[in-house]
Amino acid sequence: MQIYVCAKHVPDTAANIKVVGENGFDDAGCKFIANPYDEYAVEQAVQLVEKNGGEVVVVTVGKAAAAATIRAAMAMGAHRGILVTIANQFLDSQTTARALAAAIQQDGKPDIIFTGKGAVDSEGFQTLYRLAAAMELPVVNEINRLEIADGKATVGHEIGGGAREVLEVALPCVLGTTKGLNEPRYPKFPDIMKAKKKPIKEMTLADLGVSLDGAQSELVKLEKVPERTGAKMLGGDVRQAMEELVRILKEEEKVI
Amino acid sequence: MATIGILIETEDGNVKDTNFGVLTAARSQGDGTIVALMLDGSADGAKAVLEKYGANKVVQVSAAGGDLSTSPDLKARALAAAIDNYSLDALLGMASAQGRDIFARLAASMDLPLASDCMAVDLAAKTVKKSHFSGKTFATVKMSGPVVLCALRPNAIEAVEAPADAAVESFAAPVEDPCLVKVVDVKKEAADTVDLTEAGVIVTGGRPIASADNYKILAECARLLGGTIGASRAAVDAGFAPHAMQVGQTGKTVSPRLYIGCGLSGSVQHFAGMKTSKVIVAFNTDKDAPIFEKCDYGFVGDLFDIVPVLTEVLKEKR
Repeated sequence: MQIYVCAKHVPDTAANIKVVGENGFDDAGCKFIANPYDEYAVEQAVQLVEKNGGEVVVVTVGKAAAAATIRAAMAMGAHRGILVTIANQFLDSQTTARALAAAIQQDGKPDIIFTGKGAVDSEGFQTLYRLAAAMELPVVNEINRLEIADGKATVGHEIGGGAREVLEVALPCVLGTTKGLNEPRYPKFPDIMKAKKKPIKEMTLADLGVSLDGAQSELVKLEKVPERTGAKMLGGDVRQAMEELVRILKEEEKVI
Repeated sequence: MATIGILIETEDGNVKDTNFGVLTAARSQGDGTIVALMLDGSADGAKAVLEKYGANKVVQVSAAGGDLSTSPDLKARALAAAIDNYSLDALLGMASAQGRDIFARLAASMDLPLASDCMAVDLAAKTVKKSHFSGKTFATVKMSGPVVLCALRPNAIEAVEAPADAAVESFAAPVEDPCLVKVVDVKKEAADTVDLTEAGVIVTGGRPIASADNYKILAECARLLGGTIGASRAAVDAGFAPHAMQVGQTGKTVSPRLYIGCGLSGSVQHFAGMKTSKVIVAFNTDKDAPIFEKCDYGFVGDLFDIVPVLTEVLKEKR
């Protein structure tokens, strides 16, 4: 199987984000990791290739430092990488999807393209849909179950309110992965060393013939979500405290 | 004057309450026409509640070429046809699991800009304020397409009644099913559960809950408050709760009016998923737990001592 995994290099989920200027952030001051949802994508791709043979190619659009995320995926078992370099952390989803599509089409013929259900930095939740549209492939997001048989994938995902949907989709297709699909492996030291020798092909948007003119959204301002300044601590015994809490929630906050 | 479409979400044929905040968001854009689009449920049955919050038209959308309920791509195509037919300047909806999916399909197929998980929208300026860096920052995004697509975080905007008279009509979209993805089964695992992302009140248990069974203690309290229960990542990883219940960076992002955290430490990742809640209450045995720095009301103690008493007080004061 020829499997492509689109992965994004994002600030660590535990990192504190320092806003710089109107719409920038201090990326030198925070640790970056592979987007957590993309790890399920890498793991699934590697498992399928371990079982069926084939190749896993990781495709990333990002700054030069994003090569670290490709290396991390390689340590988990991916074979090759493609890095489309851009100048900023944020690129609109329309351009990103065109770049991913062009890079994949130039490289080979996918049986499946996996990616995480969304990126934890820009939280657009749409790039994989645009990638699928650009390549005229079917797409299902947020999958936590997958079976492949007879050129067809049967996938499951949560649709809210305790309900699950089961869908059928023909290969090739684009699948967005989420927690529950598998347990991403922790790479062992020899795998990390081996990953350093695997090939990464670098290219630019211009190399792929993708222009920035198609962007229809622009990040104009970034601001910290206001933090609370500390709780009003309730006193007394449990009974007194809960009576006071219920009174506050009813009469002052009016939320119950 | 703008014409704004709203994608209405239903559950078992009934309009979900969380739609009303979206209608209020549309109403607050000035004197426009609001067209409520329904892909399921009944427009006739929904008319009364939708016009109470300002809908001017309620449209039952169907597709000439197939069954909307089994093809998400057919839904997107039918919506695209409705956007054209009613000359919509914007389509607003909810960033629920289903809303996020349908909006993204629509945006991709029409090559239109989309902002998902928005806290606010300004259609005149074509800007939205949305979650970014997993709830740590808000981003203002400017959109430049001919039609603005915006999925709002459930409960982000408080619903305000704005009575109007709505006409009901139906629209059969002249579209075919591309037959790319087919829904073959829908399983309802837990009956009568309020969806976490849309709940008005959430009572969450962290690792100290110690077993799946102990969530019953929280569930009773949540039920009295008309809400539902959530879990921390630590509790999910320990096997006490399913991932569907997880709140936080690798779980669900929620914005209820009341969030009660029981035995939560208050990690950055957990707060990313719930810090836009209106009121946050925390119980923890450790008086120095970081959560007390970041919530509105706190009490030091064991959740197994506290929650049953809270439930008792709620029963008495109903």
